[in-house]
Amino acid sequence: MKGRQIPRIAWPLFALGLILLFNLMFTDSFFAITIKDGHLFGSLIDILRRSAPTLIMAVAMTYVIATGGIDISVGSVLAISGSIASLVVWGGNTQYLTSAGSQYYAPMLSIILIPLVASILLGAFNGVMVSFIGLQPFIATLILMTAGRGLAQLLTGGKVLNFRHAGFEFVGRGYLFGLPFPFLLALGVIVLGTAITRLTPMGLYIQAVGGNRSASNFSGVNTRLVLLFVYIFSGFAAGLSGLVMTSDITGADAGFMGLYMELDAILAVVIGGTPMEGGKYNVGGTVIGVLIIQTLTTTILTKGIPTEYTLLVKAIVVVVVLIIQSNKMREVMGKRQGKMMVKGGSAI
Amino acid sequence: MGGKLLEVHNVYKVFPGVTALADVDFALERGEIHGLMGENGAGKSTLIKVITGVYQKDAGTIVLDGQEIHPTSPLHAEALGISTVYQEVNLLTNLSVAENLAIGRQPTGTVGIDWKTMNRRAAGILEKFDIDIDVTELLGNYSIAIQQMVAIARALELDSKLLILDEPTSSLNADEVEKLFKQMRRLKEQGHAIIFVTHFLDQVFEITDRITVLRNGKYVGEYATPSMTKLDLVSKLMGKSLDDLKNFDSISNHVETGDDANLIDVKGMEKTNYMNPFDLKVRKGDIVGLAGLLGSGRTEITNLLFGTQKPEGGELHIKGKRVNLNSPRKAIAHHLALSPEDRKQEGIISGLSVRENIVLALQVKKGWLHNISIRKQTELAEKYIGMLSIKTSGVNQPIETLSGGNQQKVILARWLATNPELLIVDEPTRGIDVGAKMEIQRLLVELSKQGMGIVFVSSEIEEVVRCSNRVYILQNRNIVGELLGEEISEQEIMVRIAAKGDRKV
Ligand SMILES: Nc1ncnc2c1ncn2[C@@H]1O[C@H](COP(=O)(O)OP(=O)(O)OP(=O)(O)O)[C@@H](O)[C@H]1O
Ligand SMILES: [Mg+2]
Repeated sequence: MKGRQIPRIAWPLFALGLILLFNLMFTDSFFAITIKDGHLFGSLIDILRRSAPTLIMAVAMTYVIATGGIDISVGSVLAISGSIASLVVWGGNTQYLTSAGSQYYAPMLSIILIPLVASILLGAFNGVMVSFIGLQPFIATLILMTAGRGLAQLLTGGKVLNFRHAGFEFVGRGYLFGLPFPFLLALGVIVLGTAITRLTPMGLYIQAVGGNRSASNFSGVNTRLVLLFVYIFSGFAAGLSGLVMTSDITGADAGFMGLYMELDAILAVVIGGTPMEGGKYNVGGTVIGVLIIQTLTTTILTKGIPTEYTLLVKAIVVVVVLIIQSNKMREVMGKRQGKMMVKGGSAI
Repeated sequence: MGGKLLEVHNVYKVFPGVTALADVDFALERGEIHGLMGENGAGKSTLIKVITGVYQKDAGTIVLDGQEIHPTSPLHAEALGISTVYQEVNLLTNLSVAENLAIGRQPTGTVGIDWKTMNRRAAGILEKFDIDIDVTELLGNYSIAIQQMVAIARALELDSKLLILDEPTSSLNADEVEKLFKQMRRLKEQGHAIIFVTHFLDQVFEITDRITVLRNGKYVGEYATPSMTKLDLVSKLMGKSLDDLKNFDSISNHVETGDDANLIDVKGMEKTNYMNPFDLKVRKGDIVGLAGLLGSGRTEITNLLFGTQKPEGGELHIKGKRVNLNSPRKAIAHHLALSPEDRKQEGIISGLSVRENIVLALQVKKGWLHNISIRKQTELAEKYIGMLSIKTSGVNQPIETLSGGNQQKVILARWLATNPELLIVDEPTRGIDVGAKMEIQRLLVELSKQGMGIVFVSSEIEEVVRCSNRVYILQNRNIVGELLGEEISEQEIMVRIAAKGDRKV
């Protein structure tokens, strides 16, 4: 007889279920979904929409962490991307800024592409630092985390860039097929990541690099290329996330946008069961992790709990999930199963 | 005193998918050296880990010195008087040799650690094994054999009543084994008890007083060593009477393919401070042995050939064409394969399954656009699991949970799966049991008959002799001689590798 292990994803799912159950009992019409203005409307839909920026980031972060790395620069890259986007909307000219914002119809394509290309280059910079220069991922991305935010502020000249741009606003606020467009973008990133890692050997190589980089090298895996890829993908995702956010708030505040978002992204990955030491990953788990964080935040808001408590409650939930997930805990559970098997006589 | 030092009763250990220990007994007298034997995956390492608190047993009792113990960690076990050298040496390769020897008991001076004393003490400890190395150097910079000796020295130094050695000799050569045995006998005379795991029959018969045999996680029996013959032991290990063993020595290669063209031809390949210039040829169907003492340059040659170390000079021709291999990737593309010596650092990729570990190099060879489907991967993995009798609960078992010998087989499978024209194997049978070793040697000879060229490195001279049709003799990072066909004998090689020239580590 085979001993069975509880899959890692079971716990985060359980936690998400608990939070939803809590809302089912104590929050009125939390699960109500209506149609309004031709699209779906309700708390759940709101959660999907609000979770999108973190979700996009966290999915890419999953691959970075799977290689045994980390990317703490994503918040800053997001700010740079958002700043560039609003600059482009403004035609690069911030001189006539008014507090009310103004209308300037920059072509949609440039508003999207220029920030994304910049973000990809920033990701490539991280990748080169880690794979070719050989810096510790934490240190390498710390450089961009600090310098990046400064750069974003330089770009916007320290001002908050507000704008109106009907086309671009759709990115963060629009609905398609009745669903929030940012959420569809996040789905797109998940599909893209999954396609690359499943249709090519990239997924295998990412895990191999995370599991044992020198053995991967010995086996001929182009470990540098793999590392370069995950950081580029992370940069791209952070950039896209920046577009969503900037579009949603119709403005870029270089000093504050995306601040500490890298922490949420990393948390979501870890809650989702991807081990920090790399070698394995679970994108599905990451999605659940993001949903847990966002549902929790929304719950706290709708319950009228002072926002100061958000962080505290978040911290408690995270700690609980992580403890349950920890190897020690799994070992204890596993052992109990083992004992039962011996007693049952099926072990022999 | 009196009574047994250690008694293990009815111990069970269950892992997901496999019962590693089922109702196992084990008893150890004071002042004896006790061999723990069994095939790969029999449960030897698991039993040791249960005794030393790495794993918690699922049932059973462990009695040390008349008292039941429940060790919760190796450190706890050390405090109880059990010191252990695990199969996968678990020292810290990023610390110096001296630091490793001093872990947990650094001499402190007035301010912090007294480095001078620590280094001097470390050098003293190693002296007992005639190891003269720079103890301030990182442990990771030394060969596996040195690392193994350091681990052993550290364990011996603890002066525990019970010393456990899990395959300590797997990468040592005859000289070092003798030194180890000398120390083991000394401890025994002082009344210490030793549990000794090995797959080398000669060593068991030389050093142990009694032997306990495990098979498939079950206790087979306990025997007084002098009462057994090798054949008895092997039949106990494998669980069958072994007529097969009678033609154990009959594998002979010495094939002449009649094909004189060189598969690879190396001229003057070198790298400063790594390997002196050497020439080397392998034809289709050759099994070329590299024989030399520890540090003579065997592994260095394999790394230079495969591009894991970049040669600084010389030429490499593959089938007459000059090529420059500066990475394993390129070497693989040119149909080379290297099963490396250091299984833990360069071989197994923990986290990945047996299946993924097997297909990895083949996937690299096929390139980015030819993803091997899971179905194909499974087929391949199953083929090699069968061919090499890898003991696993399935293709998806994580490799790090396989027994040491079975991990070794998976790494070999990884490279066989690429179907190379030149297969370089560095200690391919390290940690592999008697039966499987014979199977692997047979397999290599069979592959050479089908035209594969093989470079065979092993510290077991017997094995080199049995398989090779040409042997290069190495000394001090030079190729100093070559033996062909009938000239190849254990005697001759022993003489040649030790002739003049001092050895350097
Ligand atoms: N952590 C683990 N999880 C799952 N299975 C395990 C684990 N550790 C060991 N096993 C299984 O238990 C069995 C016994 O392994 P063990 O390492 O004790 O063998 P061994 O006798 O030391 O073999 P070898 O001679 O190859 O070192 C093997 O089938 C192995 O796959
Ligand atoms: Mg073992």
